Amino acid sequence: MNYDVIVVGAGHAGCEAAYATSKLGKKTLLITINMNNIADMPCNPSIGGTAKGIVVREIDALGGLMGKVADKSHFQIKMLNNAKGPAVRSLRAQADKKIYPKVMLEYLTKEKNLTIKEGIVSNLIVENNYVKGVILENKEEYYSKVVILTTGTYLKSNILIGSTKKQEGPHGEKTSLFLSKNLKDLGFNIQRLKTGTPPRIKKDSIEFSKMQEEDGDRKLYTFSFDLEPSYKIDNQEKCYLLYTNENTHNIIKNNLDKSSMYGGFVEGIGPRYCPSIEDKIVRFSDKKRHQLFLEPESKYYDEWYLQGFSTSMPTFIQEQMVHSLKGLEKAKITKYAYAIEYDAIDPLQINNNLETKIINNLFTAGQINGTSGYEEAAAQGLIAGINASLKLDKKNPLVLKRSEAYIGVLIDDLITKGTNEPYRLLTSRAEFRLILRHDNADLRLRKIGYKVGLINEQQYQKVLKKEQDINNLLIYLKNNTTENINKKINSKSGKNSLYQVLKRPEINIYELIPNDLYENDVIEQVSLYVKYEGYINKMLKEVEKLNKLEKKQIPSDIDYDNVLNLASEAREKLKKIRPSTIAQASRISGVNPTDISILAIYLKKEYNK
Amino acid sequence: MEDTICALATTLGESSINIIRISGSDAISIVSTIFTGKDLKKVSSHTINYGHIKFNDEIIDEVLVSVMRAPKTFTKEDIVEINCHGGYLSAKKIIEILNRLNIRSAYNGEFTKRAFLNGRIDLTKSEAINDIITSKTEQERIVALKQLNGSLFEEIERLRSYIMEIMANIEVNIDYPEYEDELVVTHKLLKDRINKIKEKLTEILKNSENGKILKNGINVLLLGRPNVGKSSILNHLIEENKAIVTKVAGTTRDIVEGSFILNGVVFNLLDTAGIHNTNNIVEKIGIEKSLNLINKADIIILVLNNNECLNEEDKNILEKIKEKKHIIFVNKNDLNKKITIDRDVVYGNTLKKDGLDALKQKLLDVFNLENNEIFNSSYLANDRHITILKKSLDIIMSIEKQISEEVPIDIISIDLKECYEALGEIIGKTYKNDLINEIFSKFCLGK
Repeated sequence: MNYDVIVVGAGHAGCEAAYATSKLGKKTLLITINMNNIADMPCNPSIGGTAKGIVVREIDALGGLMGKVADKSHFQIKMLNNAKGPAVRSLRAQADKKIYPKVMLEYLTKEKNLTIKEGIVSNLIVENNYVKGVILENKEEYYSKVVILTTGTYLKSNILIGSTKKQEGPHGEKTSLFLSKNLKDLGFNIQRLKTGTPPRIKKDSIEFSKMQEEDGDRKLYTFSFDLEPSYKIDNQEKCYLLYTNENTHNIIKNNLDKSSMYGGFVEGIGPRYCPSIEDKIVRFSDKKRHQLFLEPESKYYDEWYLQGFSTSMPTFIQEQMVHSLKGLEKAKITKYAYAIEYDAIDPLQINNNLETKIINNLFTAGQINGTSGYEEAAAQGLIAGINASLKLDKKNPLVLKRSEAYIGVLIDDLITKGTNEPYRLLTSRAEFRLILRHDNADLRLRKIGYKVGLINEQQYQKVLKKEQDINNLLIYLKNNTTENINKKINSKSGKNSLYQVLKRPEINIYELIPNDLYENDVIEQVSLYVKYEGYINKMLKEVEKLNKLEKKQIPSDIDYDNVLNLASEAREKLKKIRPSTIAQASRISGVNPTDISILAIYLKKEYNK
Repeated sequence: MEDTICALATTLGESSINIIRISGSDAISIVSTIFTGKDLKKVSSHTINYGHIKFNDEIIDEVLVSVMRAPKTFTKEDIVEINCHGGYLSAKKIIEILNRLNIRSAYNGEFTKRAFLNGRIDLTKSEAINDIITSKTEQERIVALKQLNGSLFEEIERLRSYIMEIMANIEVNIDYPEYEDELVVTHKLLKDRINKIKEKLTEILKNSENGKILKNGINVLLLGRPNVGKSSILNHLIEENKAIVTKVAGTTRDIVEGSFILNGVVFNLLDTAGIHNTNNIVEKIGIEKSLNLINKADIIILVLNNNECLNEEDKNILEKIKEKKHIIFVNKNDLNKKITIDRDVVYGNTLKKDGLDALKQKLLDVFNLENNEIFNSSYLANDRHITILKKSLDIIMSIEKQISEEVPIDIISIDLKECYEALGEIIGKTYKNDLINEIFSKFCLGK
């Protein structure tokens, strides 16, 4: 069979990739190990969170699925950091693990160009450095012009509990044994990463009364710019907060040697931001307690997720640990915590369009690129899908800038800095976060989505109207004074424009504008812009400076051995990463300002004559 | 290719030897055409060769010439150094000849710049080396050496890591809003931290201004009506305490009339040429120009006549210098006292050389120069550093304002980062991954 695109793996990256290519008219085959595990959430039952919630909105703005699927499947939603500044707010939803995959499958099966098939890919078909298709473990061959690898944690994965190690994928699934060897033979640097998941607890064995309730927000939200909220505020499920105690810590300290990590049974490198409970206790021994959350996994079964308690202790120790927690003295563990190690490629071997540098027309997205998290995976899947399609259409790739989207930050970080632990997005990674807000993702990215072809005319018109309304309201504020609008406000400022008045910290925009003329999100945009104009402009200036450097292209044929006087570490890094611009080069760790000026001088001498 | 440059590497003055340094790819071949000793193109690297500089059949000087081939040189380029005889003429003539042979005179700091660009030294070091080269007095050389040893680096680094700690804490509050056990950076807490940063920055700034004083000297402006005794004071200060070295490049070069040294510190007398003999200073040179001179001065000595009442012009000047460091010298104390003045003054008589030592003592007192603290606690000594430090202090002040207006902490962190990066400019460090590393080494987070 011949396809335009084959996507290997149907997790969060694979689903977005396959949806994008098929929506863009490419005949697409999506191969998964198990049909029932499409868009599976093997770890935490939530979508979004700090930074990640903004990514979900960006995916939606570009025309991807995650936001819509989450809106249709969650049972609790919160705006995080609501009390902080506007730049760092972000949605997080408790998504129903049973419903989320179902809704995703509904979206996918609507796509006429998409075929979904069960199978395990063992090899890529490669001719003259071009990928031509895949071979399954059962020897079936499928041909395509492009292959997108979204293999998640399934490459040669091991599940570790205490000293036991099994060759399996998440929750006992089959693992892909041969593909990573094939990739290695093709020239990829394979690295071993590790992550983990906490135990699941049976609902009726939990004494919730001993814990602190954590409710959803009393306000309706959606991730998607196209959907209305489809849930009722009062119907949200609760989560619970609890703490570890001295007893828990003692059990762990006394049994450290039995854990897979500390017993030396794990090769992979785990993420710093997602440490196991034994890590937390060893590294932060002065802390008397650690926070844990209990979150329901689904309305349709009774397992609860014990967030913050991931571990690789043997099962009998896990029993003791869980029972030491207040409210879980009689808890029944339905699934034990485990660590999982898996193969990933070195993201320095991929280009900014997510195509590999080693094999043409081969794209990779998600955990295979060294990231962690459903949202990071989905974002890359979407971009890989879009770029695969653009490449087939012989169009320029879509490369989002660091100043345009968190997705741009994510991909630039990966391909420029690489990673030796599973990479998670954080707001602190985004230097321009004041302009990368959750509330303006549509203004930032819908036009791009429209140009690519994933956003339709109606959605496009909607964002154009929003822009227009924002401009109108700004003009109104500039052209009116409190004298003719609101006399209650300090008469001293009667001559000042409303625009000036709004800058005062104590003034609320709703005191200054006519009722019901503008949508709330338009008003919020304007208020935010006026109040933080100084900071926003400062940031835009930085962006401009950066864009100038981004325009300074480094010729792809540059021979760094000819650039005299580079520090040797810088030379090695530049040779390996081969940055496409001076700006990208300056972000590489180990490349210092001196190296950059030497490089810039060299480029000027050699190429600008 | 960079062109070949030359400059006098020693101070033009009374030393017995002058060294002319030449750097660039043509250094060896061009010098060899005017050198009568061995063929410099063939001698080994890092050797000293005896001979004469000869041009148009005229022997200019008897010299020693060092040849150092790239890359093991200061600039990583070929370097030739000509040791000629001291005094002004010989060196000047050789440099003129080199210029005629297409070796241009280097700009200020150009050797160091090449060393920096060619990856020989980093930014702080290059500045410190420059300071050693241009240092005027022993005290100043000590400051420059200290800087080279990194005490500036350390001080700034310590402050940066304090700021980084706060930034990381703010980030943790943002990225992990539900971790209630972590310290939350509130406006109150931030205010306290910002205060500490402000204190530290102010101290570094003060010490760096001390350093600047050691490096550039103190600019002194002598003001007073005609015939009040300014010239006598000027002559006395310069004659008795003449600066050993001549003027050094700097912003004040054009307007320095003369220098003298007290307690190891150079004082530059600002040139008020052309206004000494006019009848009305403020009127003649114009308000703006006189203000300009007053601004350039670190201290003003106003000379008044004991025998005359203050006129409008005197009062005018007194008013203008109120905010600046100043000394009022009341001359002609042998005449009848007619002056009434309510400020601290030094009385004296220039004809009898009376009160001049008191004036010098006053100069030392105003700048606290007898206290050795100024030498022990100064590590910064250039304008770029001071500009950045002032900018950083401005940012910190604006943060104080934002805190009082309760601007969200995550917005304020933008300014904090700006301050962190500004300080990084001093030591040539950029931001990169500092924050992420700090977060995960200091905080226990994650599901």
